[in-house]
Amino acid sequence: MPSAMVWLIFLLPLFSFGIITLFFRPFLNDKPKLGGYITIAALLGSLGLSIWALFEVMAAPGHSIPVPDINWVVIEGGLTIHLGLILDSLTAVMLLVVIIVSLMVQIYSQGYMKGDPGYHRYYAAMSLFTASMLGLVLADNLLFVYVFWEMVGLCSYLLIGFWFHRPSAANAAKKAFIVTRLGDFGFLAAILLLYFNTGTFDIGQLHSLAIAGTLGGTVLTWAAIGIFAGAAGKSAQFPLHVWLPDAMEGPTPVSALIHAATMVAAGVFLVARTFPLFAHSMEAMTTVAVVGGFTAIFAATMGLVMTDIKRVLAYSTISQLGYMMLGLGTGGVAIGIFHLFNHAFFKALLFLGAGSVNHATGTFDMRKMGGLRRFMPWTYATFLIASISIAGIWPLAGFWSKDEILASALQAQPILFYLAMITVFMTAFYMFRVVFMTFGGDYRGGEEGHGKPHESPAVMVMPMVVLAVLAVVSGLWNVTGDFGALFGHGETHSFAAGFFGILTHALPWFSLILAGLGILLAYSIYSARWLSAERIGAMFKPLYTLFLHKYWLDELYENIIVKWVLLKGLFAAFQAVDSYGVDGAVNGLAKGVMAGGKALRRAHSGQLQLYGLFFGIGIIVIIACFYLFG
Amino acid sequence: MVGLEHYLILSAVLFSIGLYGALAKRNAIIILMSIELMLNAVNIAMVAFSRYIVPLMLTGQIFAIFVMVVAAAEVAVGLAIIIAIYRHRETIDATKIDLMKW
Repeated sequence: MPSAMVWLIFLLPLFSFGIITLFFRPFLNDKPKLGGYITIAALLGSLGLSIWALFEVMAAPGHSIPVPDINWVVIEGGLTIHLGLILDSLTAVMLLVVIIVSLMVQIYSQGYMKGDPGYHRYYAAMSLFTASMLGLVLADNLLFVYVFWEMVGLCSYLLIGFWFHRPSAANAAKKAFIVTRLGDFGFLAAILLLYFNTGTFDIGQLHSLAIAGTLGGTVLTWAAIGIFAGAAGKSAQFPLHVWLPDAMEGPTPVSALIHAATMVAAGVFLVARTFPLFAHSMEAMTTVAVVGGFTAIFAATMGLVMTDIKRVLAYSTISQLGYMMLGLGTGGVAIGIFHLFNHAFFKALLFLGAGSVNHATGTFDMRKMGGLRRFMPWTYATFLIASISIAGIWPLAGFWSKDEILASALQAQPILFYLAMITVFMTAFYMFRVVFMTFGGDYRGGEEGHGKPHESPAVMVMPMVVLAVLAVVSGLWNVTGDFGALFGHGETHSFAAGFFGILTHALPWFSLILAGLGILLAYSIYSARWLSAERIGAMFKPLYTLFLHKYWLDELYENIIVKWVLLKGLFAAFQAVDSYGVDGAVNGLAKGVMAGGKALRRAHSGQLQLYGLFFGIGIIVIIACFYLFG
Repeated sequence: MVGLEHYLILSAVLFSIGLYGALAKRNAIIILMSIELMLNAVNIAMVAFSRYIVPLMLTGQIFAIFVMVVAAAEVAVGLAIIIAIYRHRETIDATKIDLMKW
């Protein structure tokens, strides 16, 4: 595969971004459809190239193809920064995920965003996002990764705040940007730490240094933890998860692409990309596993009580990202990335389903929905498939990757394994709670004056069907162990042995039973109404209140940390240092000079002869100096 | 035999007297005279050097003439200033002429 083709994978969407911004938006603003068409065309091109790349990588020895570097910054005798791409199994898989989900979302958006005055702006930002995400996946040095890392953050900001005339959207965009920046600070610090200790930004070289043991000890641990801080910010891991639920203010296809499938998975990808650094530090691995395992159950508890369909999905995303981190922290690249791969399809599908429901009812509040399965059978069917998949029911995609994470957690971190098992139950419960509240029972009204709900147009349904197929079959890639083998993990076996053999183990049965119980509980509360949701809520009132208020973390961050610790504490201290320290030094210097001048001017007595005397003494002193020292 | 050093000693003595007068006397006229004394001390030194070291060249003498010319001009200006001050303030005591202070 020629290296120019690899470059084109991420340059194509970048071109479409440029064309939309420079030509379509100013000159062809009355033909909005063009923006969508060119984005989709660019992505089709990228899709072809990335499938080609995947086959090349699968055939290549070591599952890696070298791509020649381009020198970007060259300082003689000092640093040289390469613009380089990496094409290995991790990149190839990520390319496929990003492009397929992005392509489906762009097609879907043509229906969802129809008639929006910002149509061109929407597609420009989406193109730029896809280009940056592909660049992030392809980049081969940490500096280059960081550039794209910030660019996806920027696009996320632009798209969350797409309807910026709504204050809630503008605030959510700001919140997302600032909270992820906190993590990015750790990432930047880690990059600099690694550079000062090794003199290179190149990921491949860092890998070999870590494997050889040259890079180790506390430096490696801190670098890994710094990278993980960046990953935790982007992947919304506790305690930096607060931005993701608010990010749901953006258009729903944006949530599907950025806040479910790709950008939030960038954190998981980053940990996987720099995995050898983690693998050689016990502490870093434990941190990743513990934060991931805790986030999984922590977010799931909040997902149990939300009434906004997108927020349930947002908490579900956080929880599933926690699973991926747990998989990375206990198992390895293959396990975490396999869940990322499956999750991208079914979670994007869930969001597109939520968008379709919103299209039909004009609201995201599940209490105003109900009975939609009669009005929108396609949405119902695809949403149900995705829910079964995420709940981890055999043989859908979610089952295969979740099972591997649970198995590796059981071996490495038994406590986290039990938490993860409880999360399996919760996941099944909250997903089917959504299904029953939205699609089951009778229609409860929707938004005022929105009319009768209806199925979405074909342009929206078609991508959902494609994703539904993927949500069923994507997990089958690893039934034979092929996916793991691509990452040099595990061994391959026959399809039938994997497909049915898994059921001869005890662990999958436990998780299946727990998931089944979750679905049953959701059915008995929200569909059959054997149990009353209100009574259960009243029974666990303290817990219910705690979950509903999201553990008061938003309040803690905004009122206590931001308003008190930062605004009245730290920033007031900076202010004091600035006005008394810095200003004081400058003003003090000026005042000192003035006081000195006032004291010294007394020497100017106006007595000419005194001046003459000093003059003479001065000359004598100079002459004396010449004789003594000269 | 009168040698170079005698002239130089004379010049140094005259210069010191002049310096003392210029720094210590109150009367502006005397200060002016002391300055003349210093200038002439320099003249003696220059003429003596010229005579003893490069007798065939008249460098020192030429310089001395220049110094005299400058001194004459300076005295003219200096006296004019002193007269102007006296007319204005009725004194030529240098310690009392201290307008240019602070």
